[in-house]
Amino acid sequence: MDEKQNVKIQVRGLSKVFGKHPKKALELRNQGLKRPAILEQTGQTLGLSNIDFDVYEGELLVIMGLSGSGKSTLIRCLNRLIDTTEGEIVIDGENIPTLSDKELLECRRRHFSMVFQNFALFPHRTVQKNAEFGLEIRGINKDERHKIARNTLSQVGLDGWEDAYPNQLSGGMQQRVGLARALANDASVLLLDEAFSALDPLIRKEMQQELTQLQAETQKTTVFITHDLDEALNIGDRIVLLKDGEIVQIGTPEDILTNPADDYVRRFIEGVDMSRILTAESAMRPVRSTARESDGPRTVMHKMRENSIDSIYMLSRDRKLLGLLEVDAAKEAADQGATTVLDYMTQDFRRVKPDEPLQNLFAMFSEKGFPIAVEDDEQRLLGVVVKGAVLDELARAGDQ
Amino acid sequence: MDIVRIPLGEWIEGGLNWLTSEYSVVTRSISHFTKIGINSLNDGLMWLPQWALLAMIVLLCWRVSSYRLGIGAALGLALIWNLGLWDPMIETLTLVVIATLVAVAFALPVGIAAALSERLYRLSMPILDFMQTMPAFVYLIPAIPFFGIGSVSAIFATVIFSMPPAIRFTTLGIRQVPVELIEAADAYGATRSQKLFKVQLPLSLPTLMAGINQTIMLALSMVVIAAMIGADGLGSEVWRAIQRLRPGDGFEAGIAVVILAMLLDRLTQSLSRSRR
Repeated sequence: MDEKQNVKIQVRGLSKVFGKHPKKALELRNQGLKRPAILEQTGQTLGLSNIDFDVYEGELLVIMGLSGSGKSTLIRCLNRLIDTTEGEIVIDGENIPTLSDKELLECRRRHFSMVFQNFALFPHRTVQKNAEFGLEIRGINKDERHKIARNTLSQVGLDGWEDAYPNQLSGGMQQRVGLARALANDASVLLLDEAFSALDPLIRKEMQQELTQLQAETQKTTVFITHDLDEALNIGDRIVLLKDGEIVQIGTPEDILTNPADDYVRRFIEGVDMSRILTAESAMRPVRSTARESDGPRTVMHKMRENSIDSIYMLSRDRKLLGLLEVDAAKEAADQGATTVLDYMTQDFRRVKPDEPLQNLFAMFSEKGFPIAVEDDEQRLLGVVVKGAVLDELARAGDQ
Repeated sequence: MDIVRIPLGEWIEGGLNWLTSEYSVVTRSISHFTKIGINSLNDGLMWLPQWALLAMIVLLCWRVSSYRLGIGAALGLALIWNLGLWDPMIETLTLVVIATLVAVAFALPVGIAAALSERLYRLSMPILDFMQTMPAFVYLIPAIPFFGIGSVSAIFATVIFSMPPAIRFTTLGIRQVPVELIEAADAYGATRSQKLFKVQLPLSLPTLMAGINQTIMLALSMVVIAAMIGADGLGSEVWRAIQRLRPGDGFEAGIAVVILAMLLDRLTQSLSRSRR
């Protein structure tokens, strides 16, 4: 990542000992002892040891580790839901561990919104009132917080659910409420603690995508905790890998895949679903715009102009891929006074299924460089793969 | 060899005597105000025509709970009226209502404090055990020197006897609020009182109402016993029946107590359910 980026949160020498005699544990730690030995000798659990990292302004940082790695402790140290034993956490010049109670409240209100693994929605409040919670706490007046909450709820796709209670919603929708509660608050940092781990895989994918989109739009500094490397690679700008309360590696997904810091990371990566990474589906992008078979030449040209593209996929009413129409052909059709463009389409592009291995795709690009269409068994268009994406994906995985 | 008997009883008596003489101003003013409360509530309820009050109670039962409780209330209250026990029933109801109000007014803050402070929690539990397991009659004895014979003493003993469940349930309700929700409130920067009023109390309301329900039931049982120290109401009807050895009269008054108890119980239970 770019070193010139502004640092939003600076964590230095952060340690956390669970137990009544933290000093003893830290002494042993300084003598080079590890967590199990310290536990045996002192009965103290070394939760986090000497953690250093920065969170950059506007990035999505993933902290990833297995259970017991200290990731939940770490995120709770950031907003001091757990008191630290030693070290600094500086956000905008304030050192969180040394704040007074009153300053801490202020700091939490201004800087931190949090989304929880099991949603932690208030069951006695409606969806709307849940979303308003942070604003209510801060004393924002009723009309304003009502408006903000409504906007954020519609941002996460919960229009019309304002008066429902959390127990009337599915898991995915409940977490959307959790997300809305966090976004409505407009704090400067968004903390997500295993936010999608309790959701089923399909919903989870969807939420990951929405989160990355939202994050890209709002540029909100985000710290995301997960135990799932796939998820980390999928959404993280950078990843902090945690093991037994210590940092093993910090880097972009690319760094971690290509240069695993040690065997621990390597073993982790081997667990990543390589077949998924190396298929057409992984390099596929959604299609920006498509035309319908009933569209006339002028409609099609208008669509191309609107999206600044010079060819467009034609779909039948049931979304089957009929062919590709280039802008020149569309113009020709218009000049000849044709009412349909179906006769002007070209088939000079390749179609593949989503599970097509990525290596095969490379040789398929036509001279004109049309993207490769990915379609399902019913010939419905799922997305397209452009040349650059294939290269990216291959480079990512190639060095292993 | 004689082992000296520990004069526990003398000590307690000495303490109570001291309290009575030193704080007679306090006890007398408490007595005064409680009497005003009892009399005005009593007079108010008695001032209403009996059919009007009956209709109001039936309506309340119907609205808050179901038409079935409404019908039950109508039949039960009509029976009490018919047996000529309406006025004693109102007197008992007054004592229960006032004792419950006072007990809850004490129990809520104590229960909340015990829920929020571990030390207070550990301190309060044995005291509550003491208050609950001490035979109820014993409270009647010191009540008399404090407040004299009559309704005020009955209220005093009833409050002490019926308060523990309200405290316990309040504490329990607050401590049962899931940790994640407390964490969520903290994470958004809620102050202690915001946490209490926006999260902890609303979420413990069902448990809290169950505690109040228990308090009402205990208050009713104690108010009947308090007839022994001159409290008016259904209890004194029973007491009179005992002294005259008239089991029929005793059962009539007893059945009236049962009807009142069931009405109060169902009513508060459905109140707590509708709040959920």
